Amino acid sequence: MNNSLSIQTDARVCSLNFEGEVTLYTLHTYELELKNHSLRNIDKIIINLHAVTYIDTAGALFIKSWQEFFVLEGVECEVLCDEPKSLQTLALAEQKKVDMKTLLKPKQESLLERIGILFVGYYVGFMGFMSFFGKLVFTKLHYLRSPKNIRFKEIAFEINESAIKALGIIALTSFLIGLVVAYQSAYQLKIYGANIFIVDMLGISILRELAPMMTAIVIAGRSGSAFTAQIGAMKITQELDAMRTMGFDPYIFLVMPRILALMLMMPLLIFVADITGVLGGMIVANIDLNISVDLFLDRFHEVIAAKHFFIGILKGPFFAFLIASIAIYRGLRVKDDTQSIGFNTTKSVVESIFAVIVCDALFSILFTNMGI
Amino acid sequence: MQEIIRVANVETRFGNKLVHDGLNLSIHEGEIYGLLGPSGCGKTTLLREMVMLQEFSAGEISLLGYDIGTIGHKEAQALRKEWGVLFQAGALFSSLTIYENIALPLQEYTSLTKKMIDEIVFFKINLVGLKSSDAYLYPSQISGGMKKKAGLARALAMDPKLLFLDEPTSGLDPISARDFDQLILNLRSMLGLTIVMVSHDLQSIYDTLDKVAIIDNKKIAYEGTLAQVTSVQSLFIENFFKQEQR
Repeated sequence: MNNSLSIQTDARVCSLNFEGEVTLYTLHTYELELKNHSLRNIDKIIINLHAVTYIDTAGALFIKSWQEFFVLEGVECEVLCDEPKSLQTLALAEQKKVDMKTLLKPKQESLLERIGILFVGYYVGFMGFMSFFGKLVFTKLHYLRSPKNIRFKEIAFEINESAIKALGIIALTSFLIGLVVAYQSAYQLKIYGANIFIVDMLGISILRELAPMMTAIVIAGRSGSAFTAQIGAMKITQELDAMRTMGFDPYIFLVMPRILALMLMMPLLIFVADITGVLGGMIVANIDLNISVDLFLDRFHEVIAAKHFFIGILKGPFFAFLIASIAIYRGLRVKDDTQSIGFNTTKSVVESIFAVIVCDALFSILFTNMGI
Repeated sequence: MQEIIRVANVETRFGNKLVHDGLNLSIHEGEIYGLLGPSGCGKTTLLREMVMLQEFSAGEISLLGYDIGTIGHKEAQALRKEWGVLFQAGALFSSLTIYENIALPLQEYTSLTKKMIDEIVFFKINLVGLKSSDAYLYPSQISGGMKKKAGLARALAMDPKLLFLDEPTSGLDPISARDFDQLILNLRSMLGLTIVMVSHDLQSIYDTLDKVAIIDNKKIAYEGTLAQVTSVQSLFIENFFKQEQR
């Protein structure tokens, strides 16, 4: 059957004849038709639903709200309907309809209020991190008291998950960085005929800065985000609560093993990054600058002091600690909804990379001033 | 009464594990139909198969005249607007408020005005027994029982003819659970719904269901009214129903 609305005006009486179905999908056209119709010079409106086959609750609400509107405008309004099912739906709509005027919209916060909330949020976040940090130190002391408290199995598992499985990508990234840096500087060095200095440049920049930084960035993106998501999901599924009630401290079972695993493995990962980075540079030096492998290694031995290597390696545990603790802190901050996992994972990666760079800058100033 | 759902010889396999071995049942208009059985018997699996969340290995399921084994994309979309599904924990979208959750299907599928959507949303909120002021809360800010009610309001948003409920009373306290049963009965009589539910709650089963199907040992052990359920020999029925009468 056709769904339609015909409007007939007879003297001062207007009748709205609905036909077919009055449902969610047909309301839109009826509403437009009714809105375009002028109510002037009309005393009475008859809503005729005799030819209506089906009316759903949205349809019934529609009829009721127009009826209310007409009455408000001072026009008498009558609904004609004799189908029991439709009548029932109309009655239900009348009974459960919410008067929109009585609704209280949630009040908008003023600018001052929002700034306040923002800063209190930062303050609470900072205090939260401090409290996390305190708990961490406390747990570490607990570790020192008895080696039995160390969860060796979990540490080994995390070493495999977040360090050994990352070996490939770290080696590749560092290799490519070595390649690119060497290639770009080879072009400059050729101009001055200072080909051999590529060894000095590569050795110092890769061992001291690039390899530790690249490793930290890859680990933050790969293992840090995984920590946040894992712990966040565990918090949502109440696994953390379950652990606590069973007397397993999450700091001992989840937090410390992850932090220790990364701190142990980071120097080794940096070592691998050193090797592949220098290898990448060596290949470019060989092809582009005609420096043979023997010559490269001789020069390397001659000009690159071991301290550069050790400084790079030394940064490892610090970076690892920052990455792991920020990632886990973010994981513990996850609230009881799925959105907050994504939010905190993003935050975790951004914050840990930022923290690593700040830490690196501090080291750079410190070591230079110490004359190392 | 018109047949709304027909399940014929449905077989489900997970790898080598046979879950359903030739299920047959039919659900008629206006019924509140329960799927019962011991845990792990595949009640929820069958429900998921009915709402096209899961494939079955063999057999036929038809809903409102559509054969969902061979259904095309367009018909499937049309069918999805004809039913409402309430998941166990509500499954409200956590980034949206209760209001937005309920309004979402209306905004996506109809061209109603904002005012009309408001009317419908608050009507549905009122219908399931939530307060209008709850509309602007997020799912993480409300209790489990309220989540279920909000989930029900969302399921009812498009005025479906068919409602699927997955353990509607699980996780509710007894008083809320009885209220929820009453709500379901009221909705059926007010809106003329056909309701299919999976339940473990014996009180809720006795209070609400017109007909039950008991899945045991991969097959339908019994289909019919509750009054005659004990006429069938089954360990599950023995344990589940008879102790009640003792």
